[in-house]
Amino acid sequence: MTDATPALAPATSTRVTPAFLVGATLVGLHVVVGLLTLIWTPYDPTAMTGGRLAPPSLAHWAGTDRLGRDLFTEIMVGARIALSVGIGAVAIASAIGVTVGLLAAFASRTVDDVLAATLDILIAFPTLLLAMLIVAASDGASLGTAILAIGIASSSIVARLTRILARRVLAMDYITAARVSGTGWLGIVRIHVLPNIWPTLIVNFALQFGLAVIAEASLSYLGLGAPPPNASWGRLLQEAQATVYTAPFGAVAPGIALVSLVIGLNLFADGLRDVADPTRRRR
Amino acid sequence: MSLVDLTAVSFAYGRGRTVLDGIDLRIEAGRNLGIVGESGSGKTTMLRLLLGLARPSSGQVSFRGAPLDPGDRSFMRGFRRAVQAVFQDPYSSLDPRQKIADIIAEPLRSLKIATDVEAAVTEALASVDLPLDAASRYPHEFSGGQRQRIAIARAIVSQPELVLADEVVSALDLTTRIRIVELLKALSAKTTLVLVSHDIGFVALLCQDLVILEKGRIVEQGAARDILSAPQHPYTQRLLESTPRLPEFA
Amino acid sequence: MGNLLTIENMSIRHTGRLLVSGVSLSVTAGERVGLIGESGSGKSLTALAAIGLLPEGMTAEGSVLLADRQVIGAADRDVVGLRGTAVATIFQEPLTALDPLMRIGDQIAEVLRRRARRDGRSVSRADVATEVSALMARVALPDPVRLARAYPHEMSGGQRQRAAIAMALACRPSLLIADEPTTALDVTTQAEVLRLLETLVREENMGLLFISHDLPVVGTAVDRVLVLRAGELVEEGPVAEVFGRPRHPYTVGLVEAARAFDQAIGAAL
Repeated sequence: MTDATPALAPATSTRVTPAFLVGATLVGLHVVVGLLTLIWTPYDPTAMTGGRLAPPSLAHWAGTDRLGRDLFTEIMVGARIALSVGIGAVAIASAIGVTVGLLAAFASRTVDDVLAATLDILIAFPTLLLAMLIVAASDGASLGTAILAIGIASSSIVARLTRILARRVLAMDYITAARVSGTGWLGIVRIHVLPNIWPTLIVNFALQFGLAVIAEASLSYLGLGAPPPNASWGRLLQEAQATVYTAPFGAVAPGIALVSLVIGLNLFADGLRDVADPTRRRR
Repeated sequence: MSLVDLTAVSFAYGRGRTVLDGIDLRIEAGRNLGIVGESGSGKTTMLRLLLGLARPSSGQVSFRGAPLDPGDRSFMRGFRRAVQAVFQDPYSSLDPRQKIADIIAEPLRSLKIATDVEAAVTEALASVDLPLDAASRYPHEFSGGQRQRIAIARAIVSQPELVLADEVVSALDLTTRIRIVELLKALSAKTTLVLVSHDIGFVALLCQDLVILEKGRIVEQGAARDILSAPQHPYTQRLLESTPRLPEFA
Repeated sequence: MGNLLTIENMSIRHTGRLLVSGVSLSVTAGERVGLIGESGSGKSLTALAAIGLLPEGMTAEGSVLLADRQVIGAADRDVVGLRGTAVATIFQEPLTALDPLMRIGDQIAEVLRRRARRDGRSVSRADVATEVSALMARVALPDPVRLARAYPHEMSGGQRQRAAIAMALACRPSLLIADEPTTALDVTTQAEVLRLLETLVREENMGLLFISHDLPVVGTAVDRVLVLRAGELVEEGPVAEVFGRPRHPYTVGLVEAARAFDQAIGAAL
């Protein structure tokens, strides 16, 4: 049991909405598929197993790409890549963002003003543009660089949210009571601030996860993501673009995969909000 | 013995507004003190100074005769252990995500007081007349009056010598209020109380000494009995006249 | 011409739960009636039901006659006309009643113009300005010319409540409902506002329904009092009777508690 769970439990019943179930199912499906690819795929994702640009068939559920590789296998592997990017980017964004946000919330007026202004400027840049700049500044496109770039680029949003949430908590009397009780700043963060802002942050992380998946697909589409033979959905889409009129299934299948994961994540986040939102404080 | 002293204390925000001006105040063990003032009197700032949460712009706050030094950890630990507080809004003063047991135990844990935490929490709950099973529950399961009792339990768990109470009954219903007064009265056998309030009736029920604050200055101070029976300062007189009372019906 | 407000056997429900049960009360011209209750007693809901402003999801049964018109079950547009003519309401926190982006003088003027429109009169800008000044002077707002140009956040709590009272008066209501009008105020300000309300009600011959949890305040503000507990009336009568010889155990407890605080100050006096 973590500190965050209890307040979710009693009094108001935990409402699990159908949307939340749909979201959780979609995300869960992708997770299962992604994990499965670690031990099994229908075909070798890099092997040429059929005719080029073959339409969907019983042997190749999603058809084949222009090199004759099984698209369904590549999409399955793509799920693993998308999820790694999401997890990695959210981990980086939350590590940087939560730290900076907490620092800003605790900082003196001047420091906070500077940090807040900096964050506002960073947020004004689209995440993708920022990530592209970071990839361009590094020594080359790789999956790691993409994760790092997306993580850094989205950390400002997490930082700003953390700062606002933490400030709200710090204004409560129980923080004054904690100081009077001799609790130090680190203790206040650990005991009071994090448990109270966590539910809202988690919801935001789920949304950031979806954005990171899209950002990675976009980077790959632009050739700035994981290089071949990594079967990123973005790369699959980009490759399918050339043949979209002759073999549209090449774009449709990865598109469905991408959209279903992102929609799933958004529904999941919305549902989490309903379950975890700490709005009922009184009574 | 004097527990906490304010000597020639003034407080101002930046270069601007002076909130407190030339305050001399002595809190003595065994004599409950009421600090009475309306909005803008500076009573909240005075409370923060007394708790060591703010530092005076000039003058000195001292604990048992020694100046308060936020840098001296073991001194501050002794101060925090001896001086605790209860706040006005029982909805804001308890962390909604902590169990009551953890809320009450916070001073013990943070001040590293070597004691049986569970036993101390049980004892504190008993002294505020709350059932023991409250320990495993969360703040939202309690009413305003019960929450204020929990806050009081937290304030007394470290067995402090002084408890500062900031408008602790203002947010409560009359019948709840009178029960909290009775509880505080029982507690003041063991610990000295400083009640900060705009409500002179509430303060008068519990305090031997009074300080009347107006616009950052002490306009009158002394024994509660004397001030209530023969208020000297015009502001004190106005305050007493304005306090509504139930008319007497023969 | 009967009562300004007659509530008969009114109950309020929220999703099946009974919040107020079988409350009856009436207010006539020049009469000051107090409704006492602690939090959750339903006193504010009763006031809201009287002006047809119950929160979403709550339903009232029974009868509420406001200026001889049935409020319960009436369409909102039929009740809107009554609010601001037959009845005006002031609340605990005047900030919620005041528009934060509008100067106080303009807010009072707006009420005056609305009343004129409804009466089919046309008023000149100068007339309105004069009346605004008169109203602000009436509620003893200092320096009316300067304060008329102030925004709500630039005023003190007491001044805001006076401004809210001025707006209520601008409606020329025959009934004034005051829901905890002095609870947010300092003691000395509270005494001034209570005196003001008393004078106004007497001079305008308005009816007053004064709602509060504070026995001494109610005791000085009204002639007749009703005690509400958990949605039910437990006792009612003239102030001297209810506070002097309370019969219901709950009222006895309330009066004793209030007396304890009084005696702490009074004993020494």
